[in-house]
Amino acid sequence: MPQKQEFTLPSRIESIEEAALKAEQFARKLGFGDDFISAIDLAVRESVTNAVKHGNKFDENKQVEVSFSDSGEAFEITVRDFGTGFTVEDVPDPTDAENLLKVSGRGILFMRSFMDEVEWSNPAGGGMLVKMLKKQ
Amino acid sequence: MADITIAERQAGDVTILDLSGKVTIGEGSVALRNAIRRLLGEGKNKILMNLAGVGYIDSSGIGELVSSFTAVNKEGGTLKLLKLTQKIQDLLAITKLLTVFDVFDDEAEALSSFE
Repeated sequence: MPQKQEFTLPSRIESIEEAALKAEQFARKLGFGDDFISAIDLAVRESVTNAVKHGNKFDENKQVEVSFSDSGEAFEITVRDFGTGFTVEDVPDPTDAENLLKVSGRGILFMRSFMDEVEWSNPAGGGMLVKMLKKQ
Repeated sequence: MADITIAERQAGDVTILDLSGKVTIGEGSVALRNAIRRLLGEGKNKILMNLAGVGYIDSSGIGELVSSFTAVNKEGGTLKLLKLTQKIQDLLAITKLLTVFDVFDDEAEALSSFE
């Protein structure tokens, strides 16, 4: 039976931990194991970090919308911010030699490494929506 | 409760930082940055960072390791890593940072590499 959880968080650092905790509780309740939950946890942290920091730029008047769902075949995470958006292709590859010593820019790489599918879209009403799937 | 605790030991002219907890965006990353700045301010620029107790690190924490590495290099020093957890090793491999950091499993071996 499909399961879903949706919630909204303010754009502050503490929301990252809160979203990760909710993801772990949701996934654990559904019986997922530690490795699966570890991947989910990292993807949630990195995507909510991006939404809070780069999307909403810590503007607490802007919310971060998060959802988790389990279809029985895949675990889906969506995270939406209300920022100005970005083009994912424009994000430099952090593994290129010239970017190796940059302090930031590795979050998207982690999301792609630990989830099976990651895609970004521009929903009506503005902002960015990232949808990530991890197959069971 | 703090996300991270950083204990400092001295082994000859090498300073060992034993990290435990989380190195993540916010408090954990800031604490690490402050610790490295303080050591460099005290002229301690041979640093061995023991990550055995780090249960969690995110991309901001990895970025802070890189920032520490470059800050120490700029001061003519050396920063090396000790006892990576499997998770941290995986993240450093994905980011190709295993090619940047000197990494050791054994403390004595790590210390002798500074000589």
